[in-house]
Amino acid sequence: MVPTDYYLIVAALLFTIGVLGVLMRRNALIIFMSIELMLNAVNLTFVALARQLHSIDGQIFVFFVMTVAAAEVAVGLAIIISIFRLKGTVHVDAINLLRG
Amino acid sequence: MITFFFFLFAVVAIASAIAMVLHKNPVYSALFLIMTFFGVAGFYFLLEAQFIAIVQIIVYAGAIMVLFLFVIMLLNLRQETRAPIGRPLQLFFGAGFSILLLAQIFLIIRAGTLTSKVGEFPPERINAMGSAETLGGVLFTEYLFPFEAASVLLLVGMIGAIILGRKQLPKEK
Repeated sequence: MVPTDYYLIVAALLFTIGVLGVLMRRNALIIFMSIELMLNAVNLTFVALARQLHSIDGQIFVFFVMTVAAAEVAVGLAIIISIFRLKGTVHVDAINLLRG
Repeated sequence: MITFFFFLFAVVAIASAIAMVLHKNPVYSALFLIMTFFGVAGFYFLLEAQFIAIVQIIVYAGAIMVLFLFVIMLLNLRQETRAPIGRPLQLFFGAGFSILLLAQIFLIIRAGTLTSKVGEFPPERINAMGSAETLGGVLFTEYLFPFEAASVLLLVGMIGAIILGRKQLPKEK
């Protein structure tokens, strides 16, 4: 059996790569994908610790995180589409006004 | 055997995540992210959370990433694809802060294993009952209210996406 710490280290690496994507990239779609990656890394931590602590609550939380992520992606992508209609780009440096 | 698969999934997940962040073309980024999601689903299988693993493949790799690819192909992103990844100063500070964060998390992991009240669902019990059955049993009893709230959240998300995605926003009166 692989120790829980190994899973935590992989989850930490995935989370850091997601942070790197948010900080480095200027394309709103890639930033959005990096946020999904971070959510996944946290889910992995939840499941790994749930197994270690003999609990099912971690898996339930992963379930809810996935639900929220699905709703978030639907709304977020709709916002990105309407920004693209308005500005003609999804480059985040070009999006500097809250009002249309 | 499990160790071999763990390292296989780890290499797949982390390599595709790095490729996702560094690739200029968003279509390839989305495909690499799907690879990462499959790697994470493999971890869930190794952690004996079969139901979560299947949901991960269906919801994340299936539904969410199809939505992403759909939007990427809907938008004309030629301009973004040609632009450089970021400004040099931004790359420097982004990488610096990420490494700082990684060091912090490693220190937390190395500080010791998490101990707390041991729950009543050891892997043997979950396997004997079935992953989906155990999860459903707890979801529909102990977590019934959050479950119903999640359904309302999905409805709100659906309505929000339809209103935001309309051709023109309704005129203010």
